[in-house]
Amino acid sequence: MKKSLLSIAAAAAVLSLGTFAAEAKVKACFVYVGPIGDFGWTYQHHQGALEMQEALGGESEVELAYLESVPEGADAERAIERFARSGCNIIFTTSFGYMDATNAVAGKFPDIKFEHATGYKREHPNVSTYNSRFHEGRYVQGVIAASISEAGVAGYIASFPIPEVVMGINAFVLGAQSVNPDFKVKVVWANTWFDPGKEADAAKALIDQGVDVITQHTDSTAPMQVAAERGIKAFGQASDMIKFGPETQLTSIIDDWGHYYTERVKAVIDGTWEQVDVWEGMAEEHVVMAEYTNMPDDVKAKAADIEAKIKSGEFDPFTGPVNKQDGSAWLAEGEVAEAGVLLGMNFYVEGVDDQLPQ
Amino acid sequence: MFEQIIITIATAATPLLIAAIGELVVERSGVLNLGVEGMMIMGAVAGFAAAFTTGSPWLGLAAAICAGALFSLLFAFLTLTLVTNQVATGLALTLLGLGLSGMLGETFTGQPGVKLPLIYIPVLTELPLVGRLLFGQDPVFYLSLLLTGAVAWFLFRTRAGLTLRSVGDNHGSAHALGINVIRIRYLAVMFGGACAGAAGGYLSLLYTTQWIESMTAGRGWIALALVVFASWRPWRVLAGAYLFGAVSIGQLHAQALGIKIPSQFLSALPYLATIVVLVLISRNRRLTMINTPASLGRPFVPDR
Repeated sequence: MKKSLLSIAAAAAVLSLGTFAAEAKVKACFVYVGPIGDFGWTYQHHQGALEMQEALGGESEVELAYLESVPEGADAERAIERFARSGCNIIFTTSFGYMDATNAVAGKFPDIKFEHATGYKREHPNVSTYNSRFHEGRYVQGVIAASISEAGVAGYIASFPIPEVVMGINAFVLGAQSVNPDFKVKVVWANTWFDPGKEADAAKALIDQGVDVITQHTDSTAPMQVAAERGIKAFGQASDMIKFGPETQLTSIIDDWGHYYTERVKAVIDGTWEQVDVWEGMAEEHVVMAEYTNMPDDVKAKAADIEAKIKSGEFDPFTGPVNKQDGSAWLAEGEVAEAGVLLGMNFYVEGVDDQLPQ
Repeated sequence: MFEQIIITIATAATPLLIAAIGELVVERSGVLNLGVEGMMIMGAVAGFAAAFTTGSPWLGLAAAICAGALFSLLFAFLTLTLVTNQVATGLALTLLGLGLSGMLGETFTGQPGVKLPLIYIPVLTELPLVGRLLFGQDPVFYLSLLLTGAVAWFLFRTRAGLTLRSVGDNHGSAHALGINVIRIRYLAVMFGGACAGAAGGYLSLLYTTQWIESMTAGRGWIALALVVFASWRPWRVLAGAYLFGAVSIGQLHAQALGIKIPSQFLSALPYLATIVVLVLISRNRRLTMINTPASLGRPFVPDR
C-alpha cells in the first residue's frame, strides 16, 4: 500500500512540475531519493545544484527542476522518463538504486545527457557516472573513533548493503585498527536511507549495547541527536551536523557536489559533454572534512595528518596488507586496491564483527 | 540496559498507539480516513514550529493537536458535507499534508528543537528497577495509556459511545432514530485528526526533536494497519502497537549483538508479525464481521 502510494506521490510530483517556459539555455534536472530538507545526502545534492545554477548565471541561464523522495526501482524509471519528456537537457539521478532505471531511460533518449551518482553502469554513450571517495573520510573517522573510544567499540548505522556502504564500513574499520588492532565495530542495518525515528532507534540500541562512538551511513540528523542526549560522540553524515551536537560531533564527511555539477552543466551548454566515470575525493575537494571538534589536540593532529596524507596521494586507505573477513589474503603488503574492486565491493575486511547481508 | 530497551520500545509504540486510537474512533463512526500520515506530519510541523517560536514544548504539543484537528476538518467537510469519495480524499489529504508541511517547515529545517521534558517525581522516579519505567517516562506516554482506557470506556460503556458505534454500523437506522449522523462523524473525524496531530507532535518534540521533511516516514500507514490488526478494539491496538514497537527495536538489538540472521529478514519482522496476527484473527470470519463497522467507508446522504 505504501509503495503504491509513493508512486502516486511521485507521479503527482512529476505532473505538478509543469513547464516554466523560461528562455534558459539549458534545463538541468535532478532526481532525489529523499526530501531536500533531510539535512544530509539529498540536502547536499540540492545545495550543489543551486550552487551550479548560481555559478552559471542564475535562473535566466539555467532552468532547474527536481523531484524529491523518488522511490528507487520501477517508480524511478517513470519519474526519469517524465523528466526526459519535459525537455531536460541533462538529468542527474542521485542515488545508487536509480542505476538500471537511468540506463533504461538513457537508451530511449540518446540526445539527453544522464549523470548517475554512485553507480557503475554506463550502458549508453550518454550516461556518465560520478561518485566521491567518501571512504577516505571514513578512514579518518575510524582513526578518530579508535583514538577517543574508551569502550573500544563503535556503532555503525548502515543503510543498504551496496558497495558504497560496504566500502565505508571497511575503511572505517581499517582506520580504527591502524590505531587499535582490537577495535570492534557493531553494524546495524537500518534498511532505509531516511527514517529519522528508525535511525534514532538504531542509535539507541547501539548505545545500550555499550558503544561510545557512533557513525552513520543514513541521511538524517537523528542519530547525532540521540548521541548528544546520551552523552557520547558521533560523526555527522553528508553535511555539517554540528548544530545538532555542538558537544557531540567529532567531524563530518561533507559532500561537495557544486563544482562537479557546474562543470557538467557547463559542458552541456558548451557542447563539450562527454561520457565520464568520475571518482574524486579529498584531493579534489569532493569530500571535505568538517572541523575536528570535541577531541583532544593530539587526536586532532593525528586526524589532520592522515587527511593531509590522503589528500596528497601519499596514502590510500585500502593499502595492504589487508585480509578479507574470513582471513584469506586480499591485498599484499604495500598493494593498493583497484578502483573496480572497490566500486563493486561485496565483502568485509578482517575485523568487521557483522555478517554481510547478501 | 533492559530498562532502556523497554523505554525505547515505549517511545516507538506511543506515536503509533495515539494515531491508531484516533483512527479507531473515526472508523468506528463509519468513516475511513486514509489521511493519517498527512495529519500526523501537519502535527509534527506545527508542533515544532510552535515550540521553536515560543520556547514551550507544551504549547508545541497543543499546536500539534490543533493542527491535526483543523487539517482533518478539511477531510470532514469534503467527505461528509460534499460527500466525496473517502478513499481518494484520504489519499489526497496525505499527499497534501506531506507537501504542505515541507513548504511550511522549510525555515525550521536544520534547527535544533525544544524537547518535552520527562516526568520526574522525587523518590518514586529514583526507585531501583521500576522507577524510570513507571514514573520517569515522557508525559505523552502516560497520556497514551489513559487515552486508550478512556476510548475503550467511552465506546463500550457509555451511551454516547453506543450512539457512535451505531452510526458506524448502520447510518440509515441511526438517522431514522433521530441521531445526527453527520455531526457525530464530524466530531469523530476531528478527534482522529487531533490524535494524529498529537502523534506527529510526539515525533518532532520528543522522538527526534527536530523538524525534517517527511519525518513520519510511513508511521501513519502503520497506524492505519494497526486498527484493522486490532479488529477495531482499543486494547488490541495497544497490544499491536507495543508488539510492533518491540519487534522493530528487538531486531536492531539482535543486529547489534551480531546474531547471524540476515538483517533484511529482521527488518521485515515487524511487518511479518503483523501479517501473521492478521491471518490468525481473520480465520474466525464471524468474529471479524461482528467487530467491523458495517458502514465503514460508505457515504451517507440524509434523505429528507
